[in-house]
Amino acid sequence: MNSVDVVIIGGGPAGLAAAVSAKEAGSGKVLVIERNNELGGILVQCIHNGFGLHTFGEELTGPEYADRYIKKATEAGAEFLLNTMVLDISGDRVVTAMNEKDGLFQIKAGAVILAMGCRERPRGALNIPGSRPAGIYTAGTAQRLINIEGLMPGKEVVILGSGDIGLIMARRMTLEGAHVNAVVELMPYSTGLRRNIVQCLDDFNIPLLLSHTVIRTEGKEHLTGVVVAEVGPDRKPVPGTEIHYDCDCLLLSCGLIPENELSRQTGVAISPVTNGPVVDDTFETSIPGVFSCGNVLHVHDLVDYVSEEAGKAGRYAAVYARKHGAEERGSHRIEVCAEGGRGVRYTVPSSIYEDSMDEKVTVRFRVGSVFKWAYISVYADDERILHQKKKILTPGEMCQVQITKEQLQSISGLKKLTVKIEEE
Amino acid sequence: MYDAVIIGAGVTGAAAARELSRLQAKVCVLEKGEDVCVGTSKANSAIIHAGYDPVPGTLMAKLNIEGNEMMDKLCADLDIPFQRNGALIVCTDPAEEGKLDTLLQRGIENGVKGLRIVKGEELREMEPNLSDDVTAALYAPTSGIICPFELTCGMAENACENGVQFFFDQKVSGIIHDQDGLYHVKAGDKEYVTRAVINAAGVYADEIHNMVSSEKITIRPRRGEYCLYDKELGDHVTHTIFQLPTDKGKGVLVTPTVHGNMLAGPTSDFITDKDDTSTTAEGIAEVLSKECISVKPLSGRKIITSFAGLRAHGDKGDFIIGEAEDAPLFYDLAGIESPGLTSSPAIGKMAAEWAEKALGLKRKEDFREKRKGIPHFAELSFEERQKLIREDPLYGQIVCRCETVTEGEIVNAIRRPLGARSLDGVKRRTRAGMGRCQAGFCSPKVIDIIHRETGLPYEKITKCGGDSVIVLQHTKEQAEDAGEEKA
Amino acid sequence: MEKRELTCIGCPMGCSITVEMEGKDILSVAGNSCRIGDRYARTEVINPVRTLTTTAVVEGGDLPRVSVRTAANVPKGKLAECMKAINALRLKAPVAIGDIVLHDIAGTGVDVVATKNIRRVS
Repeated sequence: MNSVDVVIIGGGPAGLAAAVSAKEAGSGKVLVIERNNELGGILVQCIHNGFGLHTFGEELTGPEYADRYIKKATEAGAEFLLNTMVLDISGDRVVTAMNEKDGLFQIKAGAVILAMGCRERPRGALNIPGSRPAGIYTAGTAQRLINIEGLMPGKEVVILGSGDIGLIMARRMTLEGAHVNAVVELMPYSTGLRRNIVQCLDDFNIPLLLSHTVIRTEGKEHLTGVVVAEVGPDRKPVPGTEIHYDCDCLLLSCGLIPENELSRQTGVAISPVTNGPVVDDTFETSIPGVFSCGNVLHVHDLVDYVSEEAGKAGRYAAVYARKHGAEERGSHRIEVCAEGGRGVRYTVPSSIYEDSMDEKVTVRFRVGSVFKWAYISVYADDERILHQKKKILTPGEMCQVQITKEQLQSISGLKKLTVKIEEE
Repeated sequence: MYDAVIIGAGVTGAAAARELSRLQAKVCVLEKGEDVCVGTSKANSAIIHAGYDPVPGTLMAKLNIEGNEMMDKLCADLDIPFQRNGALIVCTDPAEEGKLDTLLQRGIENGVKGLRIVKGEELREMEPNLSDDVTAALYAPTSGIICPFELTCGMAENACENGVQFFFDQKVSGIIHDQDGLYHVKAGDKEYVTRAVINAAGVYADEIHNMVSSEKITIRPRRGEYCLYDKELGDHVTHTIFQLPTDKGKGVLVTPTVHGNMLAGPTSDFITDKDDTSTTAEGIAEVLSKECISVKPLSGRKIITSFAGLRAHGDKGDFIIGEAEDAPLFYDLAGIESPGLTSSPAIGKMAAEWAEKALGLKRKEDFREKRKGIPHFAELSFEERQKLIREDPLYGQIVCRCETVTEGEIVNAIRRPLGARSLDGVKRRTRAGMGRCQAGFCSPKVIDIIHRETGLPYEKITKCGGDSVIVLQHTKEQAEDAGEEKA
Repeated sequence: MEKRELTCIGCPMGCSITVEMEGKDILSVAGNSCRIGDRYARTEVINPVRTLTTTAVVEGGDLPRVSVRTAANVPKGKLAECMKAINALRLKAPVAIGDIVLHDIAGTGVDVVATKNIRRVS
């Protein structure tokens, strides 16, 4: 069986950034296993710009951003296996994978980084009543068909869900000659970035219907129309508010789900809130030597944060592999908690080892509802150690705070950090 | 001229075709859809019923038992999965336990083996996730689960390999019985002349029957809605859990599927449109509210899809099977609702026996009973997988990541007899797209493979035939239109 | 005096910006968090511009389309005209990231560049 220092599962933005930093941290052999026929993950179909402002100080398109990291990882000496699917990771980090050329094979990994990304919530999971005709796709499927394959899935379009992919596809389909009737959002707010509402909807006079949903699809063989209705505060359709649209295409942009089939199979503990692994400040999961980063860990809005987070995971995985896991994590484990409810829904990481932590740890989280001029507060046990005023906090945009080693060391016997939203 | 024309390539038509292919006869199947198994057979509970439910003495009772008994050999011959997981008919009201005894007696009278009442600890041990209200159950060990697509495909392919012709997109528009006693079956712009007709047209069997007979029959579509759960919940229960039948019907069942999902349903509503397989908000709500009567709650967040199927409900209270009174050699296999899937092999056998006798047909000596199915990569061992990839590297490329379906399987599904031509055709044969992402990732790839293998242009590739095209055109095709008037 | 409320598209923060104007004269810009926002607001109220990203037909490549972008912002009102010009392109593989595939699109003085590598296949 071949041995590899760090095996990275997934060659998207997270996997590539992890590979770069694992090599930079001195790992010998770093292998990225990608199931697709090219590196870059979802970025290759995200042809719009808006990537890389934090990382490169300029706005790049998805393929350009991916290309920068592919070059970096190649130059750093990472190796890649394309068209290769990982079928299993054992608890002692034997990775079973397969492809056409090598067949089924196994690799012993010093450390494993899970970077498989996420997938879209499909129609079935949304339980939209009606027929099952052709013409209903997730926004990402349509994005691939149009941008990569050059195929148009429809001309008269309704989009359900105002996540960023939905907004981006509203503009994209319009530019390609389709007519987007409306973007329909169940919640009273959009879950996409505000700038995308401006440049993808407002620029093209595409209506955004908040607190609305699709209550029926019509058409036997091919979609012929959808019925949209307003929803009340209970998110149930309000009778009498139905609007009918003739359309041949319904795109769904209703949330992303981290793809943790492999992680679950391996026995990694999964958070019921993020649907991603539970990790500590080194991005190590509940299984020693198995790390996780990117959208498989928790769904991000910005690829720049994915790269940053994955870079850290790569470095920690390299350290783990080099020491063969011999050096245990610090002994002083501090739990990081979210208050839950409509405030902070989860945190990544969910624990910090104070005695082995970096000088600074970034804690990322999402809120459960919209807040204006509220405070992000961090409590160390009962003592408030951080209180930051924010103009706006929305579920669609990931938030973060930084905690320093100094802050944590100053409190003896600290057990728990709690991140909260406080209103005045 | 044909000896027999079978109308309908659902499970009943396919069973009849396979049984007739044992005979030295010229047989064809006319199907209005683009593939086998696209009507009533496509969406149902996928249960091989034990046979305690039908009224003794009915065709339903007889054929249910016969069909159930044929299943093990049939599935082995056709290389398809079948599992006798057993059924529990649960009672949630101690006052109603007597009804379990009635079912038990009826089952014994029908000839069902192994039935017994189970209670208390034994019951909980068998099925820990039964709801707390369950007090007793009738255990039917011969009940099983199957994949209706694979059963239908398997029988149809085997019939095809043994010489039966299949014609798709052939909607029968008229049947004329001529003076020589021959039938002229009009379908599309073609006419098929035949000695005998076998009517296996599902919810349309009445329309076909009424084309030749003055003894009119009526088939009413009764819609049933279902929710399918993620494989994560695949072991919520291991038996098929039925509720006690009430005046309102059989109730909602909860069952594992042969592929490891959990299925709940159906509702039961008469509708008028024979093609209306829409789901409704009310129907899904009903399934969700009733499934938890018999089992501990299933998380609604784990539903991967909901769907509706139609049952072909006859007006005679039993299957409508036999020669039409005023149309010799016109055989109805009609009103095939539950336990139709279970009964199908027995129904097919019955039809073939009539034809054999009435037409004086001889048996073939070279009938090939066994069919080789598509290898299901996901279910193979490490060594089997290695061997398969060595033999054909396409089995080394995963296309559907949710169900671990390889390119080799998809190509096999397209190239085999009665091969898939549509996205759903590939899905039914290989499970590509049946998983939790519901074809989000794999459909562009499957379209590519269909395009490559069949030469069909992209804009002609459909989800399920007819107008169900996946894409309308290439981008940039009408450069003069694009981006106009917007911006 | 006219007051315009804008959402900055300069970065994902999406600041709400208020611009006070007197005719074509900008009196004040407020609400932005950085210089990008100020610049965006001043352009947006006078002559809104956007980067156009789309695809172009490429023949003989490993994929049938290559993603492209305008090398700089173009006037918002010219997006449709730009799309028309790009849609008419029939490029030949190979195409490399950064290749200029169209000069001076729609008289804007802006070039269109490829954002993806397309290999040639026989």
